[in-house]
Amino acid sequence: METESGVLTGEHFLSGNEACAEGALAAGCRFFAGYPITPSTEVAEHLAERLPQVGGIFIQMEDELASMNAILGAAWAGRKTMSATSGPGFSLMMENLGLGIITETPCVIVNVQRGGPSTGLPTLVGQADMMQAKWGSHGPYEIIALCPSSAQECFDFTVKAFNLSEQYRTPVLVMSDEVVGHMTEKVVIPPADKIEITKRRTPRVPPEKYLPYDPDPDGVPQMALAGQGYKMHITGLTHDKKGYPVITEEAQVALIGRLIDKIRKNRDKIIQYEEEQCEGADVIVCSYGISARISQLAIQNARAEGIKVGVLKLIVVWPFPEKKIDELAGKTKGFVVPEINCGQISLEVERCAHGKAKVILVPHAGGGTHNPDKILEAIRRAAA
Amino acid sequence: MTQQQACTMVEHHPIDALLRQDRIPHIWCSGCGLGTSVTAFVNAVKDCGIPLDKISVVSGIGCTGRVAGYMNLDSFHTTHGRALPFATGLHLGNPSLKVIVFSGDGDLISIGGNHFIHTARRNMDITVICVNNFNYGMTGGQGAPTTPLGAKSTTTPYGNIEFPFSIPHLAAASGATYVARWTALDTRRLKNSMQEAIVRKGFSVVEVISPCPTLYGRLNRLGTGLDMMKFYQENTVIKHGADPASVAIGKDSKIIVGKFVDIERPTYLDMMKQGLGARFKIPIPERCVDKTEIPGDDE
Amino acid sequence: MGEPSGSEKPKYWRTPLDLDKLQMPKGKVFLIKERCKGCGFCVEYCPRDVLELSYEFNSKGYHYPVPKNEQACVNCKLCDMLCPEFAIYTVDVNKEKETEVEKVGN
Repeated sequence: METESGVLTGEHFLSGNEACAEGALAAGCRFFAGYPITPSTEVAEHLAERLPQVGGIFIQMEDELASMNAILGAAWAGRKTMSATSGPGFSLMMENLGLGIITETPCVIVNVQRGGPSTGLPTLVGQADMMQAKWGSHGPYEIIALCPSSAQECFDFTVKAFNLSEQYRTPVLVMSDEVVGHMTEKVVIPPADKIEITKRRTPRVPPEKYLPYDPDPDGVPQMALAGQGYKMHITGLTHDKKGYPVITEEAQVALIGRLIDKIRKNRDKIIQYEEEQCEGADVIVCSYGISARISQLAIQNARAEGIKVGVLKLIVVWPFPEKKIDELAGKTKGFVVPEINCGQISLEVERCAHGKAKVILVPHAGGGTHNPDKILEAIRRAAA
Repeated sequence: MTQQQACTMVEHHPIDALLRQDRIPHIWCSGCGLGTSVTAFVNAVKDCGIPLDKISVVSGIGCTGRVAGYMNLDSFHTTHGRALPFATGLHLGNPSLKVIVFSGDGDLISIGGNHFIHTARRNMDITVICVNNFNYGMTGGQGAPTTPLGAKSTTTPYGNIEFPFSIPHLAAASGATYVARWTALDTRRLKNSMQEAIVRKGFSVVEVISPCPTLYGRLNRLGTGLDMMKFYQENTVIKHGADPASVAIGKDSKIIVGKFVDIERPTYLDMMKQGLGARFKIPIPERCVDKTEIPGDDE
Repeated sequence: MGEPSGSEKPKYWRTPLDLDKLQMPKGKVFLIKERCKGCGFCVEYCPRDVLELSYEFNSKGYHYPVPKNEQACVNCKLCDMLCPEFAIYTVDVNKEKETEVEKVGN
């Protein structure tokens, strides 16, 4: 068991939350600041035990607002950082998620979604924070969000989330859910040298020539750290390339344009999904997280009835795979979108289908996963 | 009118190297005590012996929050009230840095109140300079948790009906190991106190009573910045070691200043080394603070 | 020699034994006129009453300090420390090595 490098190589029987924690360690995370909230607490508890073993620091902060800020601060000190929370805490983190976005601070936030709104169902599943992941903070911005649907994916996608956050210098969300977080499954952790890790983009110029927000050709600036002598100024106000606050229309248009393009222009490198039998399919089941797994039985039964069903499982939900949906919409009769909410990603599918195909939502207010029969009914309606 | 002489006119001040010269003159009003506090701070930083590359200044939102923008050091202008958790992350992420939080009374004690008491409780090795002007200046003079009873502000137009916090009391009760208060007028003692707070280990709080002539001063008819400084001169009493519970500031009361608390307590990282260090190899870099001569109090 | 640099000689009721070794510092005042916001702190708190506010304005409309008695300045630096605008400082004229603008930090 290799603990110094943080990579627990081998086959393990882990819960989704524990796998998330191990994924963070494997990706190089050495700072976690969080606040206990069901059903994400196991991420924090596991890291409380594991981080000291690998020379990292764990701190339980006084609330989620403090946690979000602490992970931003530690990122500027040079660490890869993470926090984990659920719905109510996610809402609290929103303002400072915006701070992370505008200051371009790499960090990962895991949201193990539960029934809401408000205190809702602390111990039962929901998937109703998906739009909040995209639009939750105020102001215009783009975000990256991944959706694991198994314990293995919790591990893999957390590693991927860290890599994306370093690559694009932005906070990245891992939108897990209570069922995936609490299910215990086999997780295979590869050896450290087989895990791809993206390193932070450090400045290649001396302090006199360095501008904190002067982007490289891909739109992402090099990141100096506190204490390296770059004497930079980092602010949550709209700023120019020097990092100084500039309260003008021109500065806003320039900065926000670059921040949004940073993700949008690179969307083809970020977007990821799993496609199965979509060619010639009459119905495509588009889902994510635990709903993607629940749909499998419905899809099996539908195929047994002779309906040609394709599967589009979303791995990266934001940025949303608009082009793919548009392309598939032209070739299929309808999409079925099962999700444990009252219609969130289905709205995106509808928007991107541009009316070329039906979009049937299979909602669930939360508290449990779908009955596969309901998904099967929707598939039948879509195929008709 | 007699002919006046002129001072020698120059373009730069000796401390300009520690300031972001392309942003001077600053936005603070004529007579505001913030510039004086920053001068004391810059002199304290200059004399404390810490390599400037290792100093990070974190501030929140408000007039005092703008201090980070004028310092030629690694500076972070974070969201309202959240300077302390950001500073906590910065400090724990790289314990060799010296992290100083420079923020206002509304930012640190109102919206940031929870973070203030917890960071004090943990005795994080962070220095806090809290400039208290008894209102929310940047947004136009609203009442703050430090506004004295009966004082006017734009949200307490008939006089404040809430009992205010006494920052030294709050800091000491929460576990801060160094608590001092000075007025912006008492610059030498303020500079020495800031220097002491920066160099020592543990959660140190220096409260600076500062005039806000444009808002708090005007709404309470206290005159210009100079009039408020004269008030401080007449009404300040130095009481080192005073009980922090007894130094509350009323609308017209005496202002008690001095070094109220100066104790030793293990910091968060000391406790971590103690509790976990025996079992695990946790690399904690040494503090970058050099041993330096601290000028004594010239009472 | 302990010649005080003021227009008046101080009266000692008992002459200090090291009067010939001590020299009262003599300061020179430097001003960055455009930074001044006319708050008056330096004028009010100079212990030697060196400064007064000018009749003229700077470009922002503020009356800036001018010396009415620069001979009396003893380089106490209180104006420097009190000024909120980093606009005024003094230098000891007797110290040869001290230049107009000290390099601070790097």
